[in-house]
Amino acid sequence: MTIKILGSGCPKCQRLYANALDAVKQAQSSATVEKVTDMSEILRYRILSTPALVIDEKVVSTGQLLSAESIVALL
Amino acid sequence: MLEIFTRLADVLTYELFGLDPASKLGDSVHFFIEDVTKIYALIIVMIYIIAVLRAGLDTGNVRKFLQNRSRGVSYLIAAAFGAITPFCSCSSIPLFLGFTSARIPLGITMSFLITSPMINEVAIALLGGLLGLRFTVLYVITGMLAGILGGFFLDSIGAERYLTDLGNQAKALGSTEAAYPDGTVKTRLSLRERSDFAKDEVKTIFLRVWKWVLIGVGLGAGLHGFVPEQLISDNLGSGQWWSVPLAVVVGIPLYSNATGMIPIAESLLLKGLPIGTTLAFMMSTVAASFPEFILLKQVMKPRLLVIFFFMLLFFFTLAGWIFNLAF
Repeated sequence: MTIKILGSGCPKCQRLYANALDAVKQAQSSATVEKVTDMSEILRYRILSTPALVIDEKVVSTGQLLSAESIVALL
Repeated sequence: MLEIFTRLADVLTYELFGLDPASKLGDSVHFFIEDVTKIYALIIVMIYIIAVLRAGLDTGNVRKFLQNRSRGVSYLIAAAFGAITPFCSCSSIPLFLGFTSARIPLGITMSFLITSPMINEVAIALLGGLLGLRFTVLYVITGMLAGILGGFFLDSIGAERYLTDLGNQAKALGSTEAAYPDGTVKTRLSLRERSDFAKDEVKTIFLRVWKWVLIGVGLGAGLHGFVPEQLISDNLGSGQWWSVPLAVVVGIPLYSNATGMIPIAESLLLKGLPIGTTLAFMMSTVAASFPEFILLKQVMKPRLLVIFFFMLLFFFTLAGWIFNLAF
């Protein structure tokens, strides 16, 4: 499973990234978490606000800072 | 209606804390308590009202709504949406690209982006509480006009020529649907659902801004006490013509949100800075900033950024001059 955090590096994106890492640890999942900061790459996901959370190429949230617990629920 | 906060401050400062009304400390504490309680109350009421109106509306819906409108009204609608939706500068680029990919003209997107940071419920509550209704109305009208006229101007000079590759890439995408499953977002909400959403918004936004209000009012009070009145009123008090463009040139690159800026504007006004100069300084600080220009550089060629800068300079200067003459 691949988790991507889309965002230009704003504080909210950093915190979402940290929460995602936390969630993976909590769920003892083998998923990899990566940051996507390149705008033309982000553009492909057709989102309107960042940060966005993408799980296996599917956008699951935009513009929200999800807690580690709510990310676990999405895994 | 707002006298209740004066009375509350009376009771707390003079009776509970036993401070002397004639002392400097008593005066400052009274000022601080009155302003902070008043603003908190206004913020809560404003967030609730605006959130009830805004419930069920997100940028996805706004985009859909703007897509097939005639151009004329679109600038007005985009500016109005910008006013009622909350703004985060880190989302301005995705939003820009998202709107562009939906083939919404650049000017209409810019109407939204210019108005959005300037007008929001917290700014309105602060302005109303600190500077009164007249100033608030002037501010909202000027902010809306900046968005509408700015957007119109950019389209009329064909500014879309000056998009970067990334901007053009978005345009070529021509997507009409957001990938995000916003099919789950209902547009028709019951009154109860709206109210629940609004309560939630009050909680989130209040928790985010309460400390900024404290800092802003504190800073304003500090400026009130320490910057000698003579300094401002002697040098800038008669609204010299050059003071307005100067305030705008200084204000545009500065980065501050409306919440932090408004209490400072109050102090400047009390120190004798003319209303037009204050308004021009405040709006240029809030509407644009150096970091914002860096972000926009991703989608706009330098030439367009320069045009954008001078457009804001021209507009806010003109607005400042008009208000200085009119009041």
